[in-house]
Amino acid sequence: MAGSQWELPPELCCRPMAFVALTGLDVVYNAVHRAIWDAFCANRRADRVPISFKVLPGDHEYPKCRTKRTSYEWYIPKGILKTGWMNKHLNLVPALVVLFYELDWDDPQWKEKQSECATKVEIVRTSLQGRNTKVAVVLIQKKTPLPPGEDLVASERAATLCNACDLSGKSLFVLPHTDHLVGYIIRLENAFYEHAQTYYYTEIRRVKSHKEFLNKTTHQLLFVRHQFKIAFFSELKQDTQNALKYYRTAYSLVHELRAHETNMLEIKTMAGFINYKICRLCFQHNTPLDAIAQFRKHIDLCKKKIGSAELAFEHAAWMSKQFQSFGELFDEAIKLGLTAIQTQNPGFYYQQAACYSQDRKQQAQQLCQAGATYPSPEPLDTQSGGLDFYGQRPWRQGHQSIDPPDAEKEKTGILALQIKERDVPHSELIIALLSNAVAQFKKYKCPRMKSHLMVQMGEEYYHAKDYTKALKLLDYVMCDYRTERWWGLLTAILTTALRCAYLMASVKDYIIYCMELLGRASTLKEEQKLRIEKNLIKVLTNEVPDAEPECDSSSVSAAKSLWSDRMALAGSNELTIEVQDYIPFIQCKAKFQSPSFHVDQPIQLQVFLRADCPHPVSFNKLSVSLSNQEYNQWCVVESSGQESMSLLPGKTKRFNFSFVAKTEDVGKKIEMTGIEVMLGSDSGRCVFMSWRGAGGDAASTHEALQASRSSRRWGRCLEARQEPDWDSLTMQHSTMIISRVPKISVQLSHQPPALNNEMYCISVTIQSQEEGVAKDVKLTAGLKPGQDANLGQTTHVTLDGSKVCDDTAPALLPDVPLGDLKPGEKLEWCVYVKCVSTGPRVFLFHVAYSIDTTVEGRQIVCKCHKDETVTIETVVPFEVSVKFVSTKFEPLDRVAVDIPFLLMTDILSSSPWPLLLASSSLQLTGESASECFCLRCPPLTNSNSTVATGQYLISWRRYSSSADSPLIQTTVTLPHVILESVPLYIHADVPSFGRVRESLSVRYHIENRTALVQEVEMAVEPSDAFMFSGLKQVRLRILPGSEQQMLYNYYPLMAGYQTLPQLNISLPRCPTTNTHTLRRFLPQRIFVKWLSESSGSAGGRRLHRCSLRRTHTHTNRLL
Amino acid sequence: MAVCIAVIAKENYPLYIRSVPTQNELKFHYTVHTSLDVVEEKISAVGKSLGDQRELYLGLLYPTEDYKMFRKLHNSFTDVMCNPFHNPGDPIQSKAFDGIVSGMMVQTG
Repeated sequence: MAGSQWELPPELCCRPMAFVALTGLDVVYNAVHRAIWDAFCANRRADRVPISFKVLPGDHEYPKCRTKRTSYEWYIPKGILKTGWMNKHLNLVPALVVLFYELDWDDPQWKEKQSECATKVEIVRTSLQGRNTKVAVVLIQKKTPLPPGEDLVASERAATLCNACDLSGKSLFVLPHTDHLVGYIIRLENAFYEHAQTYYYTEIRRVKSHKEFLNKTTHQLLFVRHQFKIAFFSELKQDTQNALKYYRTAYSLVHELRAHETNMLEIKTMAGFINYKICRLCFQHNTPLDAIAQFRKHIDLCKKKIGSAELAFEHAAWMSKQFQSFGELFDEAIKLGLTAIQTQNPGFYYQQAACYSQDRKQQAQQLCQAGATYPSPEPLDTQSGGLDFYGQRPWRQGHQSIDPPDAEKEKTGILALQIKERDVPHSELIIALLSNAVAQFKKYKCPRMKSHLMVQMGEEYYHAKDYTKALKLLDYVMCDYRTERWWGLLTAILTTALRCAYLMASVKDYIIYCMELLGRASTLKEEQKLRIEKNLIKVLTNEVPDAEPECDSSSVSAAKSLWSDRMALAGSNELTIEVQDYIPFIQCKAKFQSPSFHVDQPIQLQVFLRADCPHPVSFNKLSVSLSNQEYNQWCVVESSGQESMSLLPGKTKRFNFSFVAKTEDVGKKIEMTGIEVMLGSDSGRCVFMSWRGAGGDAASTHEALQASRSSRRWGRCLEARQEPDWDSLTMQHSTMIISRVPKISVQLSHQPPALNNEMYCISVTIQSQEEGVAKDVKLTAGLKPGQDANLGQTTHVTLDGSKVCDDTAPALLPDVPLGDLKPGEKLEWCVYVKCVSTGPRVFLFHVAYSIDTTVEGRQIVCKCHKDETVTIETVVPFEVSVKFVSTKFEPLDRVAVDIPFLLMTDILSSSPWPLLLASSSLQLTGESASECFCLRCPPLTNSNSTVATGQYLISWRRYSSSADSPLIQTTVTLPHVILESVPLYIHADVPSFGRVRESLSVRYHIENRTALVQEVEMAVEPSDAFMFSGLKQVRLRILPGSEQQMLYNYYPLMAGYQTLPQLNISLPRCPTTNTHTLRRFLPQRIFVKWLSESSGSAGGRRLHRCSLRRTHTHTNRLL
Repeated sequence: MAVCIAVIAKENYPLYIRSVPTQNELKFHYTVHTSLDVVEEKISAVGKSLGDQRELYLGLLYPTEDYKMFRKLHNSFTDVMCNPFHNPGDPIQSKAFDGIVSGMMVQTG
């Protein structure tokens, strides 16, 4: 490839490694030698010393060393660096030649072999005459050597061998061919490396020593050459720090050279080489900023050094290469771990390289005129086939003076170069560089830079006449510029794309780009737009469009024939173009007049069209597709006959459509799925511009947003304009079809709140206001769905209010048929609701019916419905509280077995409405508003446990409800009571009152409730209020289950409530039962009436004293 | 020297863009557009450190600009935005702004 002239030579770009030649190895036939060679070559990882090995025959001819110059006085150098020099030292002149020789210390033919070895060494030495190359000998031995010093024969023979070969002891090695070959080899190569280091060190010294002979006037080139060589040797020696230092010196020296047109290329070539080395070493030393700084300096120094104006493209090519190779170095360093940033990454260098390649192409196009014939004889041939020095002209090698030696030769040489340049595939080079740059910018998050470069790539493909690829790239990035709203750039890209489409005769693409270039986003001038529109119309009428400007004439004629072929093809003249994602020259927006329509109203839809192109544009059809395709037929407008519809530039045109919705679509959404505008006609070409949904395009969202923000909008509204403001037109792409408005009233009457468990009556009054008969009226009543799930379980709805409904009644009564309803007719229904739990509930009353109606002359049956909801709170009707009391109305905390006690219930109404309590009953074992029940608890097997006392039933209803309305049973569970059993029960038969000084007999019954015989001690305590007779103190025995009676005659002495004489009872066998526990069974007081009005209190006192006395006597008698 | 001055909306589209007429206008447009990559990156970096949020000047995107120039331009831009008849987001059409921009271009270019 012709571009390869600018490639950097591989010997410059590689990493220099010490060159060591191995001789005396037969790697083809000798397995041992093969193994040794493999051990040298295989596995050369980074931890092994950097040596490049080569196997050479023992008699290999090394490059001849020229005789050393003794004086530089008359020497005039012919160039800076010979083209072969680097390769010579990398691959041809070894630092060390190693002779491998099979010889054991105890070889029987030692003498002969020793001299053979010496001869071989001599041959190598002769071949290396004049060079400082070292020679070393390695003896391949079968036996493992003894430790040093122990094998006397070995040390003696080694000494004689060194002598015979004229070797220092350091240059003789032994390689036992044993198991540890790789280990031995590694030790060997380390030793070789030291030798090589010494060699390169002496070479550096040698080159340095020339310096004193040089003078600045004639030997300028040599200064550069020597510094370069020293640096290169330092690299071979792996001394990169010094190498960098010497390269830097060489670099400044190169720029000190007298530059003129004839040697400019040589200077730049060498400057480029040295710069490459410096940058490479800087990256290697992990100082990328130094590399970048050096590169910038290099570019600054060189970019103006154009050289021969006739070969200006060469400079651009060279510059491009500089950037490219720096980019590659940078990229490589990144791969080895360097981090790059957005503003400093290899992409920029590739991009610049591409830029210079573009310059090169341009200059080549200017300078290399077509038609010139290639000169003969070939001026670019040299005797050797290549150049002697880097960067020189083949027709005047070695020439260093300012003027060319032969003007004619110079001319033909330049012409030859120009003609060669013509064949260079410039676009290919540019595209390759651009795509490298794209990859980098993608990596460093520069999407716009990437797009820009892709545009450039597309343009380059266009120049290379690869229109398909060009369009692919341009099409890909166009969308980015469109979404970012960079209209200027978008227009430029579209213009190129249009040219491509024209030259390819790609009809669809051509139309698309025309449409957008005519649109409002295009920044083209009016006359351009006029031209494009003319072309578009031509294509629509199946004519060949005019050529785009700036297309070259040969391509245009090819395109013309392509176009006429296309046009001749019949059949394929219908095109649909999805324009939503572009910014086409016709804008479209559509809306339903309202977000919802009643089914008995016609649905109205408007489509607005607006053309942005300079000429009026005509179209033949406009159609709207809707989600329900059955409506599509109502939303089409077509031109009739010859008359087509047209849009005036900048004017908005409105199209109205209306249709009647189907009754089965009630509750559904109607959406616009697309709008199509047909341009052209069947006779020419039909292009359907198709918008999805309700229109709009890539720019309209933003425009609508701006319009909504604009303050001018308000100002505009003040002007009485007929045309709506385009930007603030909003699209409404769907509408809801809703049922007809019901003409019916639904009224609810009830008396809240509802009482728990009652049959709550809600009366529903339905009155028709329709003009026709409402047919098929249905009522759905009950709990509104969608509330707490528990409410469904605790709410029951029924129409039957005559009895209390049970749990099977549903929460919602659906579709209760109510028949037809004539105009003005009224219906009343009662719905009963039983709420088992308290809290708020929402009830729904839904009345549905159907009615015949006409819309725009069409008879339709409309289903209407009216919903009424009501929230009802449920409360408990009353609170019931229960308490246990003894027969003496004393509150009890526990109840004794078999002993009567009382249960009292209190009912507190919490209803705001009066209640009627019809009855109450006690289940199992009560009366009150308060009621009172006397109860007795049967004995239990285990005493002192609790028992359920049962349930309390109350039957009630609202007082206001009718007499035949059912009673509601409310059950109250009574509290548990603690039971105890008493061993001894005592009760007294006492009259309800006594009279002063009249005998009052009291009989005490003492019952033994145990299975044991009980011994009871009883004593009556004296009292001030009574005298009495009977046993004052007694001890009794009571048999199990039997009873003893004790009769006392009390003689009241005082009137009023009097405490009866206290009876003390104790049971010696059952100490827990004593007077205190038994006393509660006994009456404590009795009311004593006056005997007569005359008796006073003084008399009473007298009697009292008397009784005291008598009591005493009586007691005595008993004992 | 100023060869191209652009004001870009926060949605990255140009509100105003003008370059020295003798130069390749399209090239400048591309340059401005591609430099938005760096602006975006810098803005996202500024967002991270609270301290810098009040600093409006982002610094050099590529070595081309000058701080004083920014201040002058920014003041004029603020004036445009204060115009009650200007709808933020619309392209800038202001004689005063044009004048400032021309001044910057003439003075240096």
